[in-house]
Amino acid sequence: MNDTNTANSMKIALAGNPNSGKTTVFNHLTGGRQHVGNWPGVTVEKKEGICTHNSHHITVVDLPGIYSLTAYSLDERIARDFLVREKPDAVVAVIDASNLERNLYLVTQLLELGSKVIIDLNMMDMVKSKGIEIDTGKLSAVLGTPIVETVAHKGEGMDELKEAIAKAQTERSDFFTIDYDHDIEAEIKKLQDTLTLPGYPSRWAAVKLLEGDAEVLNAVEDTEIVPLVLESQTKLERHLGYDLETALVERRYAFLSGLVKESTRRKLDLMERLDLSDRIDQILLNRFLGIPVFLAMMWLVFQLVFTLGAPLADWIDAFMGWLAKGVSSGIQGVRGPQWLSSLLSDGIIGGVGSVLVFLPNIMLLFLGIAILEASGYMARAAFVMDRLMHALGLHGKSFIPMLLGFGCNIPGIMATRTLESEKDRILTIMVNPLMSCSARLPIYILFAGAFFPHNQGIVIFSLYLLGIILAVIVARVFKGIFFKGEVAPLIMELPPYRLPTVKGALVLMWERSVLFLRKAGTIIFLGVVLIWCLAFLPFGVEYASQQSLIGKLGSVFAPLLKPAGFGFWQAGVALSFGILAKEVVVGTLGTLYGVEEIGLTGVIQTQFTPLSAYAFMVMALVYIPCLAAIATIKRETNWRWTGLAVGYSLVLGWGLAVLIYQIGAFLMTLM
Amino acid sequence: MTLSMVRPGERVRIREIKGGRGLIGRLATMGIYPGVEIEVVSNLPGPLILNRGGVRLGLGRGMAHRIFV
Repeated sequence: MNDTNTANSMKIALAGNPNSGKTTVFNHLTGGRQHVGNWPGVTVEKKEGICTHNSHHITVVDLPGIYSLTAYSLDERIARDFLVREKPDAVVAVIDASNLERNLYLVTQLLELGSKVIIDLNMMDMVKSKGIEIDTGKLSAVLGTPIVETVAHKGEGMDELKEAIAKAQTERSDFFTIDYDHDIEAEIKKLQDTLTLPGYPSRWAAVKLLEGDAEVLNAVEDTEIVPLVLESQTKLERHLGYDLETALVERRYAFLSGLVKESTRRKLDLMERLDLSDRIDQILLNRFLGIPVFLAMMWLVFQLVFTLGAPLADWIDAFMGWLAKGVSSGIQGVRGPQWLSSLLSDGIIGGVGSVLVFLPNIMLLFLGIAILEASGYMARAAFVMDRLMHALGLHGKSFIPMLLGFGCNIPGIMATRTLESEKDRILTIMVNPLMSCSARLPIYILFAGAFFPHNQGIVIFSLYLLGIILAVIVARVFKGIFFKGEVAPLIMELPPYRLPTVKGALVLMWERSVLFLRKAGTIIFLGVVLIWCLAFLPFGVEYASQQSLIGKLGSVFAPLLKPAGFGFWQAGVALSFGILAKEVVVGTLGTLYGVEEIGLTGVIQTQFTPLSAYAFMVMALVYIPCLAAIATIKRETNWRWTGLAVGYSLVLGWGLAVLIYQIGAFLMTLM
Repeated sequence: MTLSMVRPGERVRIREIKGGRGLIGRLATMGIYPGVEIEVVSNLPGPLILNRGGVRLGLGRGMAHRIFV
């Protein structure tokens, strides 16, 4: 067997409805570890991986979830463009078998497009537990596609799927059509005959034109076809009495509901299996309980983060102290240079160490978010908050990106791609940095621990709450200025609750924690080394004194920060370097104050008062998105919005810190 | 009447949807279009929960006002 490479290498795409398990299938096929959640829209970009099966070399592209080939939001457009323009060798349609009709809708569209489709009936375990039997032979015969049954989260059926993909290359597929009644068919035929659209199957293009698909319409170069389309549309709509797009969708569903009825059998009465999900929803989505339950969930996550995290953080802290002492006495023992000892113990261990201390807290926060995501509660949170969000001029779906922002603003900003309206998307991006991400947690824990040891949880919770309130106000103001008009309507699927698996939650937690560790090893490391150098130079000055380069730099900012109660140069340095990454604020303080005997907590207690500490935390929360977040905002919007995001947060952060300090100080004089 | 007035537990057939092309198309691909039978699972202030062929859909109230059943 000496096949050429091209014969054995192919490119396939995974397509399917949101939340049908595409990403899990992708991970099994490619051995990759993409992030999996239980809410619609986890994959907002296309991702590639390689799968080898026997001698076959298969490039697998995971696409964002779509309901149809008509693109309503950015992530849907990404998926559609790939399928339509790049024409993969085969498309694996990943289908939630417990929800056949709606999932097969996409399959009919893929087939109409002329794609070579392999159906992956996923979540077969759910189907069986619901007492439904699917006649795959009949389905396969009617649709003319191979069908593989899988349970992706357990890895069942993956070898069969690979085999089917490998075989697809040599198999021919018949052209599948849906019969749209003779009136519509006549118009399709008419358009098909006059239409020349290279790269698109003519029937598909004709149907899309009748649906009023803007992108296909734009692709038509022959301008004479446009009035022809309009003529067909008005003629048909007059016959039908309602709009054509709905009519076409209806015909497809009519075909599917017949097909599904014929190829499935329910063993249980529908009434008997009043879903457990519904009963849970009655409580969790209850009118009065919904929001309190949500707040209680968040509170629980915070308790998990702090009570469980604190002792672990203390161990790391003790270890870092021991390490710094050991290293510096070790270097002195071999008569190493003083600067090296200072760089290692004050700079690197003091700086990076003071950030690493918070690893347990951050891991626990990610664990909490992972459990909420995997269980299906995330989609409910959007639902519960919709009324509140509407009152505030945002969309219920905006809530998921906001919630993700608590972990890290970057995935939060990326997740806005699932929003259908561009206005909602930009608004949600603009306020996302106000969601207090995990990088800001070290700052809060350090300061709240030093100044509010008995109310640490409440103080930190208040900062998170403040972030949410500010986001709401800012969104409201921006909406009034930039986007007058109504909010796009909400429609979203509520996936059934699933018990998160321990492994799944841990994997997700670990993946995100690794990002934090990598950040600690790169940008935070470089940041603290830079700060150490600036604190050590010019030669001869006392380390980290006001005469050092960094002292001079910080002194420039200090007067600006004076009205906020922390007008000393170390705070200025910490905040300006915090733009690299918010953890660097703590890292900087660790590097600059590392020399002191009483430890970092002790030093800041001499520098700040409880009031100025709170003002500092508020400043750190708001003052600017970190560099990576700024870059992401730029990528998702444009320079204008990015500039606004940076500008408003600087002004707002500084203004609030000053306000808090001044009002607080005034109240204290009264007491 | 409109979908927003349907009591929980009732099954209704959709007659008409008033809205722009985008809205109607969006709803249609999620399986909500004239002729379809749906059950209203929950109807409290705020969004409604619908059952369409075993799938739970959350639907904003504003949209429910424009769906006639």
